[in-house]
Amino acid sequence: MLHVAVASRAFRRYSTYRAATVAGVFTNSVFGVIYSFAYLALWKANPDAGGYDAVDAVTFVWLGQALLMTVALWGGGATDDLAERIRTGDVAIDLYRPVDLVGWYLASDLGRAAYHFLTRGLAPTVIGLLLFDIALPDSPAAALGFALSIPLAVVVSFAIRFLVASTAFWLLDASGPRILTGALAIFFSGMSLPLVLFPGWLGGLAEALPFSAMIQVPNDIWLGRHTGLDLVGALAFQAGWALALLLACRFVLALATRKLVVQGG
Amino acid sequence: MAETSTTSVTARLWHPVARYGDMVRLWVRAELSYPASFAMLVVGSMLINALDFAGIAIMFSSIDSLGGFGLREIALLYGATGVGIGIADTLIGSVERIGEFIRTGRLDQMLTKPVPLLVQVCSDRFTLRRLGRITQASVVMAWALPIVDWTPSRVLVALLMVVSSSALFFGLFVLFSCVQFWTSDASEFANAFTYGGNTLTQYPLTVFPRELAIALTVVLPIAFVNWYPCLYLLGRPDPFGFPEWLQFCSPLAAALVVAAALLVWRTGVRRYTSTGS
Repeated sequence: MLHVAVASRAFRRYSTYRAATVAGVFTNSVFGVIYSFAYLALWKANPDAGGYDAVDAVTFVWLGQALLMTVALWGGGATDDLAERIRTGDVAIDLYRPVDLVGWYLASDLGRAAYHFLTRGLAPTVIGLLLFDIALPDSPAAALGFALSIPLAVVVSFAIRFLVASTAFWLLDASGPRILTGALAIFFSGMSLPLVLFPGWLGGLAEALPFSAMIQVPNDIWLGRHTGLDLVGALAFQAGWALALLLACRFVLALATRKLVVQGG
Repeated sequence: MAETSTTSVTARLWHPVARYGDMVRLWVRAELSYPASFAMLVVGSMLINALDFAGIAIMFSSIDSLGGFGLREIALLYGATGVGIGIADTLIGSVERIGEFIRTGRLDQMLTKPVPLLVQVCSDRFTLRRLGRITQASVVMAWALPIVDWTPSRVLVALLMVVSSSALFFGLFVLFSCVQFWTSDASEFANAFTYGGNTLTQYPLTVFPRELAIALTVVLPIAFVNWYPCLYLLGRPDPFGFPEWLQFCSPLAAALVVAAALLVWRTGVRRYTSTGS
């Protein structure tokens, strides 16, 4: 119950900034249009590049724009609050509360993600649908799989961002690791280019890294490239990374708590 | 008498530049006080930009040309727009945060200080990390330069292109950040035109429909950032059949955008009333 309360308050907190949301939807849509035309030119030059057709490619662009903020690919969200509280020392207060820190921030970030999905996820998708030829989910199973894969994508992204924010326990300022991770996430999630176009070992590496669980895997599920047992496998890949990374968060937090010195009395 | 007035004119022009320099020095010192984080920010910035071009280069493992342009020709476009936005962002990128200054009341503090407001806003949180983008874009552009059949006039157009594209992005940053004088939490709106303009000009204009190409020439002249001067450098006829003299008009387009930006900035500042407390 506590976690639902935390999540719903995070949702409401983000929904206060209406002009920011409208501006964000506009920006997502502009980028969606630019990438759509670029990909259309690419798929005109090579009609089945990476096993996608032109409609798949444009669909990929708009799904990417919809997920960009939902999974906070660039960083941001609840973990930015954590990084700031570590820097200022307020995290000491969080630590003596009788609540698990990882669960608290995860709930808050899920509330944020729900808000961003409903606004900055849905609105650009509608605009994309109006402007371009976009594929709807390949089958009911694909639609259900996509719906399951989004929360998993958010949890993977959250755990990575939590680890990044935790570096502030040692570095004080986590903005270096934050930007570094953001760059890796944009590239290896499929956001800057679908991973199906990555050649050879680079493609293999990109698909194995947790970043692919944030954009490439949900998009491929929508496009019907994972069916049957393969669909279960794709969801298990996301869930596996989510679990492993959450355990890593616990471990790092335990290390940091041992190191933390609370001053004053 | 004549001499004193000349001195005061020079002093008036020099004053903002000098104050800008003072504040930039302070921010650089502050930035260097977290060395580990700073090192990672620099590496991160170079990595972001390197990966950015890697995305375009990987496209060319599945195709030979995009919109009729080869990888090196696109590298020229990419480098020119990257250097332009890199210079503008390094010098005045903080203007994006004007809404934050309004919300927190810092703009009121700034208005009481004897330094032009735009100078204070632009120099705030100056960061050397943004040099990463200029460096990376210069490297990509240098790789593309040998494909140009150089003549003195092409050298001149290339130099004017770098200056004009920086000025165009300067204008776009200021112009669209001014929206925040009206809605202080809509900072992301400007990104569609600044970073969006940068992303758009990384591709040849031929990937876009003709109507958009016209709009990017006469409505919001983003095509002058690199497209028209690069057509001249590459000696290519205009694929849309637009007049060739457009290829020399980048400085004019830049001047118009900067003038519009400064006008809107002044209107915004005049209109500004404090949020109170």
